[in-house]
Amino acid sequence: MLYLHPVKRRYTSKYSIVIAITLSLLLCTPAYSSEIKEHHLPNGLKIVTLEDHKSPVVTFQVWYKVGSLNEVTGTTGISHLLEHMMFKGTAKYGKGEFSKIVSKNGGNENAFTSQDYTAYFQIFASDRLDISLDLESDRMVNLLFVPEEFLLERNVVKEERRLRTEDDPVSSLVEDLYAASFKIHPYRSPVIGWMTDLDNLTREDLYEHYKKYYVPNNATVIIVGDFNTEDVVKRIERYFGNIPQGKTPPGVNIAEPEQQGERRFFYKREAQLPYVIYGYHAPNYEDKDHYALDVLSNILSTGKSSRLYQGIVYEKEIALSAGGGYTPIQTDPELFYFYAQLRPGRTTEEAESALNEEIAKIKRDSVSERELEKAKNQIEASFIMGQDSVFYQAMLIGKLETTGAGAGYLQNYIDEIRKVTAEDIKMAAQRYFSEDNRTVGVLVPLPNK
Amino acid sequence: MSSKTKHIIRILPALFTIIILWASTCLASPKIEPKRVVLTNGMTLLFVGTHALPMVNISVAIKAGAIYDPPEKGGVANLTAILLDEGTKKRTSKQIAEEMDFIGGRLSTSGGDDYSSVSLAVLKKDIKTGLDLLSDILLNPSFPEEEVNRKKKETIASIISDKDEPGIVASKAFYKAVFKGHPYGKPVEGEEESVGNITRDDIVSFFQRYYKPNNTIMAVVGDLELKEAVSLIETYFNSWEKSKVKPHDIPPVSRVTKKDSLLIDRNITQANIVLGHTGISRDNPDFYAVSVMNYILGGAGLTSRLSKEIREDKGLAYSVYSSFDVNKYPGAFAVGVQTKNKSARIAIEEILSELKRIREEPVSDDELKDAKAYLTGSFPLKLDTSAKIAGYLIFIEFHNLGLDYFEEYPKKISGVTEDDIIRVAKKYIDPENYVLVAVAKQEEAGLKEGRDNEQ
Repeated sequence: MLYLHPVKRRYTSKYSIVIAITLSLLLCTPAYSSEIKEHHLPNGLKIVTLEDHKSPVVTFQVWYKVGSLNEVTGTTGISHLLEHMMFKGTAKYGKGEFSKIVSKNGGNENAFTSQDYTAYFQIFASDRLDISLDLESDRMVNLLFVPEEFLLERNVVKEERRLRTEDDPVSSLVEDLYAASFKIHPYRSPVIGWMTDLDNLTREDLYEHYKKYYVPNNATVIIVGDFNTEDVVKRIERYFGNIPQGKTPPGVNIAEPEQQGERRFFYKREAQLPYVIYGYHAPNYEDKDHYALDVLSNILSTGKSSRLYQGIVYEKEIALSAGGGYTPIQTDPELFYFYAQLRPGRTTEEAESALNEEIAKIKRDSVSERELEKAKNQIEASFIMGQDSVFYQAMLIGKLETTGAGAGYLQNYIDEIRKVTAEDIKMAAQRYFSEDNRTVGVLVPLPNK
Repeated sequence: MSSKTKHIIRILPALFTIIILWASTCLASPKIEPKRVVLTNGMTLLFVGTHALPMVNISVAIKAGAIYDPPEKGGVANLTAILLDEGTKKRTSKQIAEEMDFIGGRLSTSGGDDYSSVSLAVLKKDIKTGLDLLSDILLNPSFPEEEVNRKKKETIASIISDKDEPGIVASKAFYKAVFKGHPYGKPVEGEEESVGNITRDDIVSFFQRYYKPNNTIMAVVGDLELKEAVSLIETYFNSWEKSKVKPHDIPPVSRVTKKDSLLIDRNITQANIVLGHTGISRDNPDFYAVSVMNYILGGAGLTSRLSKEIREDKGLAYSVYSSFDVNKYPGAFAVGVQTKNKSARIAIEEILSELKRIREEPVSDDELKDAKAYLTGSFPLKLDTSAKIAGYLIFIEFHNLGLDYFEEYPKKISGVTEDDIIRVAKKYIDPENYVLVAVAKQEEAGLKEGRDNEQ
């Protein structure tokens, strides 16, 4: 019921300021990844389990390898709209029944769509797991597409787009950053879809998408929490085993050509404060450099002693918030981004020159031993603390499995991070943070009419 | 990960509403047995040992919330809280950040209506460093003039930035109109002008008045034994001296007695609507019946009545919810929705018709049964991480709910009857006298402003 935005940003609620947390906090999972087990059903369904008995809860998740990566202009947003339709009923469980059954069993549920995946989850007291097995196996194949329901849900998604993007200056800026950074790769389009595509999508488009991608051989079931693996695998087989294997969905083989020169755009609208964002094309998990970039993103923006906070927010008081971040766990290479939201009275030129100075420093001077050690300690502590939540462990495993990195990535993660040297960071920064490889977006506020 | 976490919180209306509903079940009750110790200096310590991971979470609540802000100085309580880690007698702001970050710990400070909070998460091996820093910022903050000015400027910039969030604009206007003359009507962070008025002296005297161990609750959850935890906390907090906290008069909350519509014009595509009035305090015995009633009305995510009518059956909105604040004094009852400007009027009509319906018709047996089943059955999910347990301990202690709340809550929820629902709906929901705020492109929304004439 939501889509995930590629770039993290600052959210404000009534009473609190959320400090941006970088990728490493996402990699908060088991050092005991050897306990992650894998099973395969004959129909191609992959099952990944991690028993964790510290709390009597369990999360059950189904991840489909389909997202905006699989979309083309004209039908962008189709994966996310299909995710919404998955709550609209089957012959066995009519409209609204799914959510009702989950909640009256004390469960929480939701779904999310990203560039690379669409995922569904429930969290329950551990004795309720069979409810998930029944409901998820049913909607994997038996979804109804009642025409009126499709039209209603399309309107709901358009409201979601208005809420999250149209009326939010920074979200709109980020949307433009991706459109400008990627000329041909599908990461150029927003997960929620362009408004005009939402208007044009049909029930038949969705049905076709469902048939093509919602097959057991394109899905991974992830279970983390208080259960017994052997027993659960048998039960999964009972519920999912009869679903016929489908044709292997086509892969996406689109390589974004190398960027040859800075791209720059301005986005003008009514807003209070200017905002600057940079996106540098950066590798995904397949390239070893990503470990150095991961450590670097911590040095730049994890904690109040990080470089961008100290330099641009605290010392120079140019920005209200500033940071840098990076998501290597992606099917295809994405962006390493930097951002600064300006304070009243400060200019985007000041923000750009402060960001440029920080980036130049990283490329020129090696980070200190203490800074390097600090970033590694942060990553390791987060890795351990993240194991406190069954939900986030499942999220992480789902992401790794669906993007191709695999849950085995966790096995060596901390070792690889520990191996990163100051020289590796400098080299990686020199390799990727070139002016020619970046796109700069500037939010220019217009006065309220 | 933070944006994703936030998204998830945003889209589970049942969870992101301000109401916090704790539930329990006999079937799957986790064996969490909190211990409560009052230290010699009067600080209340709550403890739960969790031994699966080598880490410790600590939450601290100081009864020094924004409700105690002096007049014309809105924002003092919040600034005091967020300046705690910006310099102490022996450490600069940067040294605190550097030491905490080096051990990969997380330390955060924040303001709130009823109390201010500090939280700490560290690996067990670093517990001493963590406690050294935590006690230093609570006992010895120095509030350097330079840091005070910096945080004032930052707070004002953040208030300005919030004007770009129509939901926040609507919420602020709603609270201001509902809580005239009561501190709940003022934003915790203050307003541009009131923050500008605050001096270092205001902060220092606020700190000296309220930051006392006997005015503080601390919850420790993690890989420690009770004895170990008490001895550690005593070591680091014994020098914090007890002293009488002068009581502070809070004006009573007055009820909304008229219909009042406030229209705020913005060049946006959706109307951001908040409709409601004053609600109940946490110590109101009707809290349990109100929890069940609100769940049915608009607390139940996609399955609530409001969601079913407005989202599922009409496609008018992505999110619609109702909530009762859970506070020391009566908070707000609010219904919130965002819909394209042109649908504003119909969405408001739907909301009002649901408010009338829940007062007039009994809820169905299934609705009542399902609501109680969710509220009691989802209990383990409220306590599935150390940080959640620590937050829960603070909550039960602050509201004097007792350590047997685990057992009491499901009993009280299970005892709610159909008659209770209609009684509390009639008593606490008023479809005639309410505040309506709409931040929208008004020429498209076509609503009417003013009192008693909005339809």
